[in-house]
Amino acid sequence: MSYFKKIFKAIHTLFQGMSVTGNYFFPNALTRKHVITCQYPEEPPVIFERFKGEVVMWHNENNEHRCTGCQACEIACPNGSIEIIWKWEINPETGRKKKAIDQHIYHLSMCTMCSLCIQACPTNAIMWSTNFHHATYDRGLLTKVLNKPGSKLMEGVEE
Amino acid sequence: MILTQNIFEYWTQNTEGWLYVLVLALIAALYLTFFAVAGLLLVLMERRVAGFFQLRLGPNRVGPGGSLQTIADALKLVSKEIFMPKFADKLLYKAGYYFVIIASLLGLSVIPFSAHFQAFDINVGIFFITAVSSVGVLGILIGAWGSRNKYSLIGAMRSGLQMISYELSAGFAVITIVLLAGTLQMSEIVEAQRDTWFIIKGHIPALIAFMIFMISGTAESNRVPFDLVEAEAELGAGFHTEYSGMGFAYFFLAEFENMFIIAALAVTLFFGGWLAPFGITDALPGQVFWGLFWFFLKVLIVIFVFMWFRWTFPRLRIDQLLVLEWKYLLPIGLVNIVLAALIVWQGWLFEPLKWLGL
Repeated sequence: MSYFKKIFKAIHTLFQGMSVTGNYFFPNALTRKHVITCQYPEEPPVIFERFKGEVVMWHNENNEHRCTGCQACEIACPNGSIEIIWKWEINPETGRKKKAIDQHIYHLSMCTMCSLCIQACPTNAIMWSTNFHHATYDRGLLTKVLNKPGSKLMEGVEE
Repeated sequence: MILTQNIFEYWTQNTEGWLYVLVLALIAALYLTFFAVAGLLLVLMERRVAGFFQLRLGPNRVGPGGSLQTIADALKLVSKEIFMPKFADKLLYKAGYYFVIIASLLGLSVIPFSAHFQAFDINVGIFFITAVSSVGVLGILIGAWGSRNKYSLIGAMRSGLQMISYELSAGFAVITIVLLAGTLQMSEIVEAQRDTWFIIKGHIPALIAFMIFMISGTAESNRVPFDLVEAEAELGAGFHTEYSGMGFAYFFLAEFENMFIIAALAVTLFFGGWLAPFGITDALPGQVFWGLFWFFLKVLIVIFVFMWFRWTFPRLRIDQLLVLEWKYLLPIGLVNIVLAALIVWQGWLFEPLKWLGL
């Protein structure tokens, strides 16, 4: 008797399974309201704050950054994605030389988004941005200079 | 047994010599075109339906509503390099997909798409389809043997095993309908359903036969849940692991074409083929068009059910596959034939329209 019981149970479970998937299919096919995927170019994607897109340097409205040129990020970077070209800056009042960044070069093509540079930075000069539109036709465009041209160190960072 | 007028006879009735050959070539080209177009459309439908089942949209970028997606895919496949393993058996490797395609095209040739729209209307049509659809597995076997890859061979052996097993119960399901129709000719099977479709006329045995036919048809076209042949997780891609470019595309198209043939067979046997339900369009002009319309509508519904199976049921293990066939479907099919014979003999058919005097 269990033979026939098995057959009826099998048929019952087949229809049960089909009703489950049918409940996904028909509302979705008729109204398209149940789609859970993000239709990216039309819809803005949902990006969390902690998303690691690329490393950027924060600048305030007077074009001042917080980078002292200490090179801690360059040392912390495991694969050499960060290069800092620094220069001597002469204080016109005292005539003393001081280290400052000329170019903070960031190779996005090599970066593994490990976040070690940001943890290493003593002055919180660099941070993550959530921008993810990195595709370019030229590899050279992925080498970025993070400090803006003409920018200088913000006052009071070194104290 | 009267042969109805079909495409072949219509075009060749007043031709001879090279013109006759030309007409034959034209019919073959028509069917090849249909083969390609239907394959592409079915792949598109499969992907859209899969998308909706998984709460996605599916391909919707190329062309309006994604309608040109598979054409783009086909162009990509054409432009790909055809790569052959170094130690492959070159003849068998290349012959594999021709066997598969020819088997599906032969199956396609006897299916009545509409009244008089049929390449060949032989008097053993249904038997012919059952016979040639088994040739396809030969293509899978020699293609897998020729590519000299152990995963391909395991997949092909499973395919052979599956085909031998499930061909039996599919055949018994077909025989149940042949008992009701009293003929093997496809066009006459359709004509016999003019008052009532066989799924209604044959009530219990026809319903059981339909369920068996759907299960074994899914198994014969190697679709999920019976896709042990390909079994992505276990065998790479099964028998077509070593095929690239168009070689792969031919196998892929033939698989969808086999699904179309199984669905067309199910429609012809159980749902009245190209006949309109209750004859609602019989009085309208353009009978061939309406026949095509109803036929393709029904076939698409049955194909949708196959796709529904695909996105619902998990794949069977090989032992479960054999238990299902030999312990359940085959005995049920045998008992079902006896039941159908009894019903036909005693005339216990379910014909509500005839009882109402319509």
